Amino acid sequence: MEKVFERPKALCDVPLHYCPGCTHGIVHRLVAEVIDELGIEGKTVGVAPVGCAVFAYNYFNCDMIEAAHGRAPAVATGVKRALPENVVFTYQGDGDLAAIGTAETVHAASRGENITVIFINNAIYGMTGGQMAPTTLEGQVTQTSPYGRDLKTQGYPVRVCELLSNTGGAAYLERVSVDSVPNIKKAKAAIKKAFTNQIEGKGFSLIEVLSACPTNWGLTPTEALKWLRENMIPYYPLGVYKDKEAEKND
Amino acid sequence: MGEKVLMKGNEAIAEAAIRAGCKMFFGYPITPQTELAAYMAKRLPKIGGVFLQAESEVAAINMVYGAASAGKRVLTSSSSPGVSLKQEGISYIAGSDLPCVIINIVRGGPGLGGIQPAQSDYFQACKGGGHGDYHLIVLAPGSIQEIVDITKDAFELSEKYRMPVMIMGDGMLGQMMEPIEFGEETEVVVPERDYATNGTQMKRPHNIINSLYIEPSELEKTVLERYERYKKVEENETRVEEYMLDDAEYVIAAYGTIARVAKTAIANLRKEGIKVGLIRPITLWPFPSASFAKAADKVKGILDVEMSMGQMVEDVRLSVNGKCPVEFFGRTGGVIPTPGEICDALKKMKEGK
Repeated sequence: MEKVFERPKALCDVPLHYCPGCTHGIVHRLVAEVIDELGIEGKTVGVAPVGCAVFAYNYFNCDMIEAAHGRAPAVATGVKRALPENVVFTYQGDGDLAAIGTAETVHAASRGENITVIFINNAIYGMTGGQMAPTTLEGQVTQTSPYGRDLKTQGYPVRVCELLSNTGGAAYLERVSVDSVPNIKKAKAAIKKAFTNQIEGKGFSLIEVLSACPTNWGLTPTEALKWLRENMIPYYPLGVYKDKEAEKND
Repeated sequence: MGEKVLMKGNEAIAEAAIRAGCKMFFGYPITPQTELAAYMAKRLPKIGGVFLQAESEVAAINMVYGAASAGKRVLTSSSSPGVSLKQEGISYIAGSDLPCVIINIVRGGPGLGGIQPAQSDYFQACKGGGHGDYHLIVLAPGSIQEIVDITKDAFELSEKYRMPVMIMGDGMLGQMMEPIEFGEETEVVVPERDYATNGTQMKRPHNIINSLYIEPSELEKTVLERYERYKKVEENETRVEEYMLDDAEYVIAAYGTIARVAKTAIANLRKEGIKVGLIRPITLWPFPSASFAKAADKVKGILDVEMSMGQMVEDVRLSVNGKCPVEFFGRTGGVIPTPGEICDALKKMKEGK
């Protein structure tokens, strides 16, 4: 009998620790499928973040490095400069990439570091139990914004793709979502493009993936996807924010 | 024999590192070590190496972590405030059992401090500047020739014991020029690291570079294993210079630049009939405790001299364990003690003042 659905080879055969309804599992799978399809597992080195995806080093079958909070782009830079023929990706959350690691993110992009960044934006710190993230929306209630995020005292949610679109070095920036099957398909195409860009030496690619955190949002998995659609996508519009290649052809 | 060349300390470290097979450097500008980075920026791209000026010391040390994970010999250098910023990364590198070499050309502190030579980062280097149970091998050369010789050893030690090595110089060693000899240039073979994350090539299970262990007993196991290695380092790699100790009634304890000033003081004191010797730790960790313990049995006192408010003196006292008096003399903030001041301090100790 023909197998029509199986675990991608680039994913280890181990149970994931993610909560029910968390979309990390989907994104892990997309990354692993892309690694399989491009046949690059043997030369790929992944860098895991601090946050919910901290154990990603146990989940991907390629070589993996666990970075300090926010430092994944710097670690990836060290690896890529040492091994330019290898494929290097980071997998980071919003606290990791857009708060404590902002400098590392902006400068890796500015240098046009030839790496792939998978950025999970779920508008909250998950691992520590639901605190305000740099991407938490206005009015959103979290442990550390118990009265809702107040723009006057807690500032504005950071739009990473828009911010990075001004860096000279960024080659490809796209925001996708995993709230529905069509969007998951688009997300996979974007992730594949981000890895392909690296193989072709095009420079820094970042895919921002709008993701759900039912546990810390206090919603059921279905409600969480609805909340993502109704609240996150309007503030974080999906689409391509930079594509150097396309700009060249214009 | 190689020919003698006149070189600044910072540049000598850079050249020595290149000759030791280090082709990767990540750093961030800071006085008084900047010439080292500038030298690397000029040389490394010409020999197929990588020089990268990072956006911060924090990023630089994490690039080092990445390059070390990838299996390469890698160097970073900075000075005191910059080395404070590197501590997070140093702790991760130690916790992941990776080799690398870190240079600290120490300047006065705390805070922004000053830019003149100091030794006030001894605690930071030797007592765990970052978080957690770990050690660095800390090498403290006393001349530019010794810097050159020790730099190659630093890479080899870090790889042999899978731990970061710090070379502590002070601003004086970084900035001054001395004639040095590099010796014959030999081809360096950097040993393969089977634990490197350089791609499985689908020929082995994936390697993971990591310092996270959620299970306490597992974390404890990794720390205990590391401390077994540290024990071997203490047994095999302790380095010290013992100078004029045979007939010494007093001993000066000093490392780095100030040990050279102390030698002048010793010559002057001996002219006056006061028999003084020197113990100069070359490894600050592991600390040459045995040399001090042995000396303490036969001398009347030890004078510890530092360009700080007294940091190494704590290790001297622990080593001596009350067997003889240990006094301290130091200048700090970038002020260098003179031979005359050291002589006076020793005479004061002798007279029991």
